[in-house]
Amino acid sequence: MADGKFSVIGKPLPKVDAFAKSVGATQYADDLIFPRMAYGKLLRSPHPHARIVRIDTSPAEKMPGVLTVITGKIMPIKFGIMPTSEDEEAMAIERVRYVGEPVAAVAAIDEETAEAATEAIVVEYEELPAILSIEDALAHEENRIQTYNRKGNIHKAVSFEFGNPEEGFAEADYTREDVLFFEGNTHLPMEQHAVVAYFGPDRKLTIWSSTQTPHYVHRSLAKVLEMPPSRIRVIAAPVGGGFGGKSDPFSHEFCAAKLSMITGRPVKVVLTREEVFYTHRGRHPVKMWVKTGVKKDGSITAMHFRSFLDGGAYGSYGMASVHYTGVLQTTTYVVPHYKFEGARLFTNKPPCGPKRGHGTVQPRFAVEVHLDKIADDLKLDPIEMRLNMLVKSGDITVNGLQITSCALRECIEKVRDASGWKDKFRKLPYGKGIGFAASTYITGAGLPIYFNQMPHTGVQIKIDRGGGVTVFCGSTDIGQGSDSVLAYVVAEELGVDLWDIRVVTADTDLTPVDLGSYSSRVTIMMGNAAIEACRKLKGQLFQVAAEMLQVPAAELVARGGRIFHVRDAEKGASFVEVANKTEARFGTLGATGSYTPPKGIAKYKGSGVGPTPAYTFCAAVVELNCDPDTGFIVVEKVWIAHDCGQAVNPLLAEGQIEGSVYMGLGEALMEEQAFRTKLGIHKIPSMLEYKSPTTLDTPEIITMLVENGDPEGPYGAKEAGQGPLLPVPPAVVNAVYDAVGVRIDEVPITPDKVFKALEAKAKRRVLKPISIPTMSYPEPVRWSPSELAVGVK
Amino acid sequence: MLRLPPFRYIAPASVDEAARILSEHGPEATVVAGGTDLYPNMKRRQMTPSLLVGLRGLRNLRGIRGDKESGIAIGAGTTLTEINEDPRIQEMYPALAKAAGWVSTPQLRNMGTIGGNICLDTRCNYYNQSYFWRKAIGFCMKKDGDICLVAPGSPRCWAISSSDTVPVLMSLGATVSLRSVREERQIPVASLFQDDGIVYLTKAPDEILLSVSLPPVNGLKSTYWKLRRRGSFDFPVLGVAAALSLDESGNCDDARLVLGAVGSEPHVIKAAKEMLLGQKLTPEIIESVAEVASKPSRPLDNSDLDHGYRKRMTRVFVTRALRELAGLPIPRMGAPYDL
Repeated sequence: MADGKFSVIGKPLPKVDAFAKSVGATQYADDLIFPRMAYGKLLRSPHPHARIVRIDTSPAEKMPGVLTVITGKIMPIKFGIMPTSEDEEAMAIERVRYVGEPVAAVAAIDEETAEAATEAIVVEYEELPAILSIEDALAHEENRIQTYNRKGNIHKAVSFEFGNPEEGFAEADYTREDVLFFEGNTHLPMEQHAVVAYFGPDRKLTIWSSTQTPHYVHRSLAKVLEMPPSRIRVIAAPVGGGFGGKSDPFSHEFCAAKLSMITGRPVKVVLTREEVFYTHRGRHPVKMWVKTGVKKDGSITAMHFRSFLDGGAYGSYGMASVHYTGVLQTTTYVVPHYKFEGARLFTNKPPCGPKRGHGTVQPRFAVEVHLDKIADDLKLDPIEMRLNMLVKSGDITVNGLQITSCALRECIEKVRDASGWKDKFRKLPYGKGIGFAASTYITGAGLPIYFNQMPHTGVQIKIDRGGGVTVFCGSTDIGQGSDSVLAYVVAEELGVDLWDIRVVTADTDLTPVDLGSYSSRVTIMMGNAAIEACRKLKGQLFQVAAEMLQVPAAELVARGGRIFHVRDAEKGASFVEVANKTEARFGTLGATGSYTPPKGIAKYKGSGVGPTPAYTFCAAVVELNCDPDTGFIVVEKVWIAHDCGQAVNPLLAEGQIEGSVYMGLGEALMEEQAFRTKLGIHKIPSMLEYKSPTTLDTPEIITMLVENGDPEGPYGAKEAGQGPLLPVPPAVVNAVYDAVGVRIDEVPITPDKVFKALEAKAKRRVLKPISIPTMSYPEPVRWSPSELAVGVK
Repeated sequence: MLRLPPFRYIAPASVDEAARILSEHGPEATVVAGGTDLYPNMKRRQMTPSLLVGLRGLRNLRGIRGDKESGIAIGAGTTLTEINEDPRIQEMYPALAKAAGWVSTPQLRNMGTIGGNICLDTRCNYYNQSYFWRKAIGFCMKKDGDICLVAPGSPRCWAISSSDTVPVLMSLGATVSLRSVREERQIPVASLFQDDGIVYLTKAPDEILLSVSLPPVNGLKSTYWKLRRRGSFDFPVLGVAAALSLDESGNCDDARLVLGAVGSEPHVIKAAKEMLLGQKLTPEIIESVAEVASKPSRPLDNSDLDHGYRKRMTRVFVTRALRELAGLPIPRMGAPYDL
């Protein structure tokens, strides 16, 4: 027997796809080549807002090598990831709403011809005034980007009152208000989106796409193409990075499908890097206002938070995003009374959506910087202040979220001690600084994107007569290692060699539905479903083995390719032998498992966002140099401790955490989805000019896993892929203050901003504060934990 | 992906043949060596030559020759990596080794040549964009249009000279050899450039850059400071090349200061020489040189970082470069910017 409780779980094993990826053998969507394959290309709008007067495709159609040209009218049915905002068209029909929005598509015998053909299409536009900022969106109600929303350019406005905020503020010894801004940024996956679609002679459609959500793409294709879903097969090709940017159904997927249906050929569409910037769905720019009342020791008596999200032209996941900018304020520190008002605005820019830490990164930045200021005002150590007010296991927050396992205190203490915080905070020489922040994230959303009562994931297992085990699941490996996690779980449960397991995933024809790789849901949901399937199979296997070996089934274990008695390994048989005998007894071996998350405990309008099977907790300390003469910031070291419950594979968990730190540093210091202010065009849609950190800009990262098993997680596991990004940007901002004594209340903190702030400080000038808009909100939804007791009765 | 437009490619067997092809085909032809500047520009249709004359196969355009006494000659086809790693260059002209080593990324330095970096196309955020992007906002005068988008109303193009090696070569007093069917000539590297974003080179389109020659060091100490966002990949948003020598008593007897990425050609700060000659390199005189040096640069909003900020940094970077050469302590930015 291996050491410890597990033989596979918790071991630093290679990823199951590591070998193919290392030698370049993995076939991404763009690597697929089929006989007679044609190439598709999309023509995109050059205007941020315009009416389409006329499209003439005939010059393109006449070009040699062009197979067909399509426009929006051919697919008029709207789609959208959220059922409440299905506002997108495969190609714009009457109006374009951002620079880069598709208006026509071409299939041709090669990519060069397809591109030349798109340029030959004549589109006559009538330009409309463009809304390019949150303020514009609120000020120009009459100039509506969408018309299905209730009012002006407000996509969604929400208002909540939990507990009695007024009373809470009255109890405060000290109250502070701050305004902060988090600039938008994009995912920048290495792989540009790519798709191949083939409508075969059997009149069935197959698409291979770099998507994180094949199930939702499947549903949307059926709807827009007006085809029964049973005739459509969606395969998520290996995904070269997603980070949330491949979670929506996309125009290029519908167009490739339609072009293939018309031409009868396989059609490939690969986006250029520039097109990926226009496709976007990245981090929302968010303006935030926060007011917090605290006692003398810093403990919170009440918080009032407002967020304004610059949503871009379409809904995407925005309905959820706006809630996420408010909901997790209560799950890190105890907030006894809480008021939240949020609004997502439509603007004539590429749609924003989910990016790693979806909607929670911006408010976490705001809250952690705000609390750092409060600690400073109260002359308290910001870490000690926070340690006085942490949520703990079993807590129910004021907005009705139930904290399951929580090792936040341990995370904070670990980074505090490892970083030498007490000897450094406010004690480092000028130009050097240290900063702290903590955070919470969800392990999977409690609700699916569309309302239904079915499981969120399913796993199916079959055992071959040679002992090979094949596992089927709709889960999608986007590089995070979900295929590996699936194999590890099955290897752990059935005791077979990891390399005797084959995983078949993300194929709507072959695999049971999994909702997709978003909201950090896969390990917990797929893992639990896989355990259930394995245990069903084990029931049969152990029953047969028990009879073979003359021992009670309950005393059997499966490990190392054998099934044997827990105390006497001699009493055993090989897995293959038992499997064969079991098949002889019961017929073909197979089992399924599925998982549905527990329901949230609070019931009020809007309570669907926030509940999760398990929250994770994270703390980070950042140490940096800030050159006062240039404003340049060089992060020296990051200490990060993450409560992941149980690492299924510590290498993968640490990799996720390091990746999150890297991405968080990019957002804190460099990355901006910036637009030319009047033209409404992306300023720098290239990997050269959109500044994202290189290896040389990435500091030493000390990762500490805090493994404090969660009762809901498979083997206690919780997420590690998104949560660790959250504390990084505010810890950087707080460290800059420690280094040079200026507060920059917006990210990214670029050198010019630091320089300007230092210069203003030296000249005792006050910089223009970040503006915060005003608006009227709907009547708040009111809820208090006291209602739970009523509910129980 | 972005595709290259159609073009013909000829690989001549000699420089003479290359020169003849260029002269025959006129402006439709252009030379290519590493291709790290040209090919991306062609993909974005910033350049659409119908004929490429490949110089990569010409062995005699490649290599580093010479020694301390005679100086060093570098073939135009020598890669930036080769220059960065050459022990003679590291010892004699450390500024050039640094500058070559800070161009773009390791992969591109393995392909990119010194000739390419010298002739590097000028850059602008309104110009270094795809055809779609440029068409969407209305083309600029550098390609396909007739106005300057960064300075509307300006009669000229303000694209930025963005080479790392050129300011250094100028500060080292380098000369370049040019060959055409008409003649072979040597000119100071500084004479190769003019203050125009479009016609930024003075050489005739059919002249081939053969080599760059560096005079013997003669006690000249050199350095290069580069302002950019990241530790790799980025073009300079400011480059400061400084070279100077001191006599036995520690007085400055030669000084050259050249700024890169502040205009369409590198700016030689002539006043620096006048101010420093015969002087000791005190912190005070360095401050006043830096003050003067920061005057002429007028960055526009067509590059990374706030343009006002870029101007302010000239002073800081000139100070640091000169302090380095004077052996005075320098404020550190920390790795990887620890210059």
